Amino acid sequence: MGKAWTFGENMNTDEIIPGRYNITIDPLELAKNVFCEVKPEYAKNVKPGDIIVGGQNFGCGSSREHAPIAIKGSQAKCIIAPSFARIFFRNCINIGLPILECPEAVVDITEGDEVEVDLANGHISNVTKGHTYQARPLPDFVLKIADAGGIVNFLKEHDIEELMS
Amino acid sequence: MGTLIEEIFGRRAGRPVQAGEILLLDVDYIMSHDNTTPLAIKAFREIGKPIYDKNRIVLHLDHAYPAPNVLAAENHKKIIEFVKEQGLPHFFHQGVCHQVMLEEGFITPGAIVIGADSHSNTYGAMGAFGAGLGSTEIGVAWVTGKCWFKVPETIRIELKGKTQPGVYAKDVMIYIAGMMGMDGGTYRSVEFGGEYIDNLPMHERIIFPNMSTEIGAKCGLIAADDVTIDYLENQTPAKGPFEKIRPVNPRYERVVEIDVATLSPQVACHPDVDNAKPLTEVEGLEVHEVYIGTCTNARYEDLEIVANMLKGKKVNEFTRVIVTPASNRIYQKAMKNGLIEILLDAGCTVTGSGCGACIGRHGGILAAGERALTTMNRNFIGRMGSPLSEVYLASPATAAATALTGRITDPRKSFEAIS
Repeated sequence: MGKAWTFGENMNTDEIIPGRYNITIDPLELAKNVFCEVKPEYAKNVKPGDIIVGGQNFGCGSSREHAPIAIKGSQAKCIIAPSFARIFFRNCINIGLPILECPEAVVDITEGDEVEVDLANGHISNVTKGHTYQARPLPDFVLKIADAGGIVNFLKEHDIEELMS
Repeated sequence: MGTLIEEIFGRRAGRPVQAGEILLLDVDYIMSHDNTTPLAIKAFREIGKPIYDKNRIVLHLDHAYPAPNVLAAENHKKIIEFVKEQGLPHFFHQGVCHQVMLEEGFITPGAIVIGADSHSNTYGAMGAFGAGLGSTEIGVAWVTGKCWFKVPETIRIELKGKTQPGVYAKDVMIYIAGMMGMDGGTYRSVEFGGEYIDNLPMHERIIFPNMSTEIGAKCGLIAADDVTIDYLENQTPAKGPFEKIRPVNPRYERVVEIDVATLSPQVACHPDVDNAKPLTEVEGLEVHEVYIGTCTNARYEDLEIVANMLKGKKVNEFTRVIVTPASNRIYQKAMKNGLIEILLDAGCTVTGSGCGACIGRHGGILAAGERALTTMNRNFIGRMGSPLSEVYLASPATAAATALTGRITDPRKSFEAIS
């Protein structure tokens, strides 16, 4: 279970982590400044397992991978949004940051709600409000990448064909 | 049976596929450039496995080339050392990556090509799948030769009619961006077709897949036909036979019909590509720079339009007019046919081929308070320099008309005079 942190629509990669901090690709370093302009309290107070709840077209803008790496480095468990920008979506999967598309959850969840997410079946439970929502479950191959901690780590131990088997 | 993307992916998968499926597919080519290759090299080193097939890797130096600063030079050095170390056969520094990919024959109907650049969608003009990815995935594809894809739903854009003189593919695409919005095509394959597309030469077709990125599309596709085959056979070293893959009983998520005959020249105004307006609404607005370049609109035919309009005239003395041919090959042809001389005589600055000005790296950076009218595909805040500058997007004809006056100018009058 984790606390929900809510964000607005069209959250772009510069708002997730401004370009001036992209001099490193160390996840923990990047995490110190994640969302620093739109929600500075996030980096200070986020706890492992917390949940990011974003608006539509989350992660739009640059193809830079620093943005999802910074969120992953903050130890958030996953991002829930109605939709993600395409390259951000792929980058999240490839670095092993789970993402769920669920418009109903985004409309209902308010900041600070205690939320439980079952990534394997897409079940989202808002413990504070007593509501549940169903996201489309993540495909098996995405879970395999997430379990390995990203596609680079996955490939150290496996062949790419094992993703789909 | 299916949409064009289902037909392309189905051939590679060896079975019929449908939107929504996730596939692991062999890729034909893996493209990256000086901005994105260094991070791909890092991912490659971390994985620690050998390159799957050197022939599939295509590297370019174009984004900051020739190097405008030490950091860019170090990137180039790192890439050149990597090319030598791995013995990679496809290494180019002869123009904008997407144009070079087309001219060198890497892109053929049904090909699956990924690139660490968001405008890799350009390859859809040949009836190929092209899409942009992050650098890590490029490193992954180097060692696996494969990439995972979700088969996208398709939006069909059906273009009818014939444009008025002075109205080009760029005007039509800016209009489409305004209508669809910047996320109107997110995750989707956007298929462009109809009698307008059928009758369009290749250099004009390229605009649509290229700028499908601006509406969020995964890919923008035009089915291969005789125009495609003619281009491949006569303008590239690509070897056939080429299959004219077409949609077969497709099920589209949405079909958008547009009659292009009604359109006037369009301008995408600061600060978003979907802030599209008929040129007449912004006519007379002062500009400080006109930039004719990029993977969108700096092909030979574009330079020809500009040269025809500037021949024997002088551009406005307070407007910097910069022309960057999309590739060395285009530059050479333009030089041979006298276009470069006309442009220089008119007061333009002609630069070496590359992407520099379009991404605010070098070769045409804007100061605070300045405004540029350009043939680029993107006008985000600060794209060409100062965050307090403005970028307006338009066709090469509009750019040429504007270069003469220093104010956004309707090209139709000069066009009538020429024809």
